[in-house]
Amino acid sequence: MAALKPGDPIPELRETPDRYLPHRYAGASGDFNPIHIDPEFATQVGLPGNILHGLYMMALVARANAALADGDPRALKRLSVQFRGMGVPEQEIVVTGTVSEVDGDRVVTECQAAQGDNRVIRNGEAEVEL
Amino acid sequence: MPVSKDAIGKQWPPVTYEAGREKVREFANVVGADNPVHHDREAAIAAGFRDLVAPPMFCVVYSAMALAPALLDPEVGINLAAMVHGAQEFIWGEPVCSGDEITTTATLTDVFQKDDKGFYVFESESVNQDGAQTVRGVWTNIVRGV
Repeated sequence: MAALKPGDPIPELRETPDRYLPHRYAGASGDFNPIHIDPEFATQVGLPGNILHGLYMMALVARANAALADGDPRALKRLSVQFRGMGVPEQEIVVTGTVSEVDGDRVVTECQAAQGDNRVIRNGEAEVEL
Repeated sequence: MPVSKDAIGKQWPPVTYEAGREKVREFANVVGADNPVHHDREAAIAAGFRDLVAPPMFCVVYSAMALAPALLDPEVGINLAAMVHGAQEFIWGEPVCSGDEITTTATLTDVFQKDDKGFYVFESESVNQDGAQTVRGVWTNIVRGV
């Protein structure tokens, strides 16, 4: 990859979690909170339906940043995010970001994730070692 | 009722998790981490790892187990039904490979209130079988209506 400089975008990541993604993520992660896997329960507690795990969406943000180093799992050194809107299955998630600092091999990005106008992850900051 | 700060500094017993190959593959598949080092042992070894290496966010699998008793602890006093995950930070160290035994300790580092929201901040420290830190997590949970 050509040398990154502040202001450069990171490659956009687009992913549409299918209807059963929250169930597979529950199995993989061990988080079986019914708001993520039981539409009936979720509706009863005032949600629009079962919602995505915030940490799943964070994992997509992690992947978008690791892509700067071809997905090398050693590259991502730090990631912080804020969870805001609720993510839902069967709607495309778009992860975007911009390089904010470059110091030698270390790159800092500002990143976020959204489903349409719903900004599900805000104020993301990642540090990647290229 | 104001949030109680009495439990700040409380630490819970460490929890040890053994990373297995199929669990690493399962997690990599669900988050779409398609680098062969997460799926193919030969590729992982060729890239310098001991065995299949986990994607960075696999840390939630082994560190969340240490957080669960902290969230449920009556001394902390979280109303789980009103809790949302507000923010998360991870700082990664040594990568985690299949076969590693990761020990995580959770600590309540801060409790504060803004309007009717209570903020509970936990830190988790995870080390592998050689004592090398694999991740440090800062977990911010928000409880509405305190």
